[in-house]
Amino acid sequence: MNQTSTAGSVRFTSPLLDAHVHTRRATALPLTGDEHVVALRRLVRERAIDIKLSLVDQTKLVTAASELARNTIKYGGGGEARLIELDDGSRQGVQLIFADDGPGIADPALALTDGYTTGGGLGLGLSGARRLVDEFDIDTRAGEGTVVSVVKWKR
Amino acid sequence: MERIPILRIGDLLLVTIQVDMHDRLAMTLQDDLTERIVRDEAKGVLIDISALDLVDSFIGRMISNTASMARVLDAQTVLVGMQPAVAITLVELGLTLTGVKTALNVERGMALLGKDFQHGARSDQAR
Repeated sequence: MNQTSTAGSVRFTSPLLDAHVHTRRATALPLTGDEHVVALRRLVRERAIDIKLSLVDQTKLVTAASELARNTIKYGGGGEARLIELDDGSRQGVQLIFADDGPGIADPALALTDGYTTGGGLGLGLSGARRLVDEFDIDTRAGEGTVVSVVKWKR
Repeated sequence: MERIPILRIGDLLLVTIQVDMHDRLAMTLQDDLTERIVRDEAKGVLIDISALDLVDSFIGRMISNTASMARVLDAQTVLVGMQPAVAITLVELGLTLTGVKTALNVERGMALLGKDFQHGARSDQAR
């Protein structure tokens, strides 16, 4: 286990922020502007290639990262992303965690419905990202913040 | 400021997106393209995304909106060159780009817009 201690900028605490049992290496990135979304996409693509995800799975993971990073910036008022390499002994994967100290999501079930948006977008960010990954978890509290964790395993 | 170039070919405009699009760049392209449609009296717009390895909901919405704006300005838009992995991801994400015409490459896109890519030169070899 080699967990980074760069959580600093986000104060919201969530069990989703505890290290995944199969964590090998973790990297944290700030998420405040759209240049960070581009930087994150590049880093996720590199890691996905490192563990030899198929091109389709790479594309799905990077697209999910882009949607969730944009949510963190737009709705969460900025926060951070963590990119974690996973290895459970039989397979490798990439976990992405998005954390912010924003207003939280009043109704997460509703926010996960296709087409639901409060921001004038298409309402596909959360629901679409969930379909693109293998594991999806969300922890949000009104007035405190939101943490979203997704995992894509190599098939 | 970084900009995506817009090329004019006859009464068509060709936009080749080769950079990782950040949001401001996408918005600038929308402004530039609508300006050029009017200034050049363009009848068609080809947006080549063969170099893009990702189309997320933001870029997808930008493409849809651009096509709608072009239509209102009397120009047809064809999105060309989408990579298969991008197509799979886009549909799974829930984005169907309704109302946007697509073609596999620029040549077919031009054909769709009623232009003969090899007009005059080697029309006997035209498919």
